[in-house]
Amino acid sequence: MSLFTQIIRPSTRLFRSFQATGLPHCQLRLLSTELKERIDGLIQGKKVVVFMKGVPEEPQCGFSNAVVQIMRMHGVDNYESHNVLEDKDLREGIKEYSEWPTIPQIYMEGEFVGGCDIVIQMHQTGDLIDELKKIGIRSALLDAPKEEEPSK
Amino acid sequence: MISGRATIIVRRAWAKQSALRKVKDSVVPGPSPAIGIRTIHTSKTRTMASESGSIESSIKDKLMQKFQPTHLEVINESSMHNVPRGSETHFKVVVVSEAFDKESLIKRHCLVNEVLKTELEGPVHALSIQAKTPSQWSSNATVTKSPPCLGGMAREQRDQQGT
Repeated sequence: MSLFTQIIRPSTRLFRSFQATGLPHCQLRLLSTELKERIDGLIQGKKVVVFMKGVPEEPQCGFSNAVVQIMRMHGVDNYESHNVLEDKDLREGIKEYSEWPTIPQIYMEGEFVGGCDIVIQMHQTGDLIDELKKIGIRSALLDAPKEEEPSK
Repeated sequence: MISGRATIIVRRAWAKQSALRKVKDSVVPGPSPAIGIRTIHTSKTRTMASESGSIESSIKDKLMQKFQPTHLEVINESSMHNVPRGSETHFKVVVVSEAFDKESLIKRHCLVNEVLKTELEGPVHALSIQAKTPSQWSSNATVTKSPPCLGGMAREQRDQQGT
């Protein structure tokens, strides 16, 4: 019995200290209901929402910037953006929420579209024009005169 | 043994890359996005990639095992970012596999993310994914360049140190 308590005590202490300090961030797998509801509110009923690093006027990550530039090219100006660098809960929470490990993340009409690579690829294939059309946005690229490929 | 194999893959990827680049340069690019991601100096990045690190090897092994790709590139792009030399924080993977056939783009990315879950929860900060089927790859064997760093990582590290 004494052996049992010897074994159990240190681990209980360890457990308590974890409870006190909180688990390391990477092990926090559960999205709180509060944060989930908050993110629901951020994306629901909005045509385009971008979770990014920095703001569209000043992106702080190349991948976020690529998404901003693509949106600009398609004439999507009035999307909502959320700077995850200003909000640690959101930065981690949105990854859990979307089950997507990286930023930026793009939502259209409450549905997760993808990250930077996917948006770039959709842009390249022309699928983005169709996706925007589905949510009632006419891509500016349809009206733009064909751009000459700049000489290298 | 593992690192030996990984090196071979890197070299192979390299050979294909440079051959591809020549082809790419001679051909007029298709609907390439004018999104300001042209000014990237990839030569340095690729040099760094040949010094294969342990995370890079592990990424390679996991992707090889899961997707049995016909073409695989794991490019360590960390040197493009504001992290110490030799870091393994920013990666790009090009995976060409039959396993992606009939899967949506988002599903393909999810599959790759799932395989590399441990890396993404730990040391790997950014992962760019290009997941194609062999037929897609044979019709367009180009790797989209990654955008230049804008310093967000430094800001995050500051934040983390502060907490």
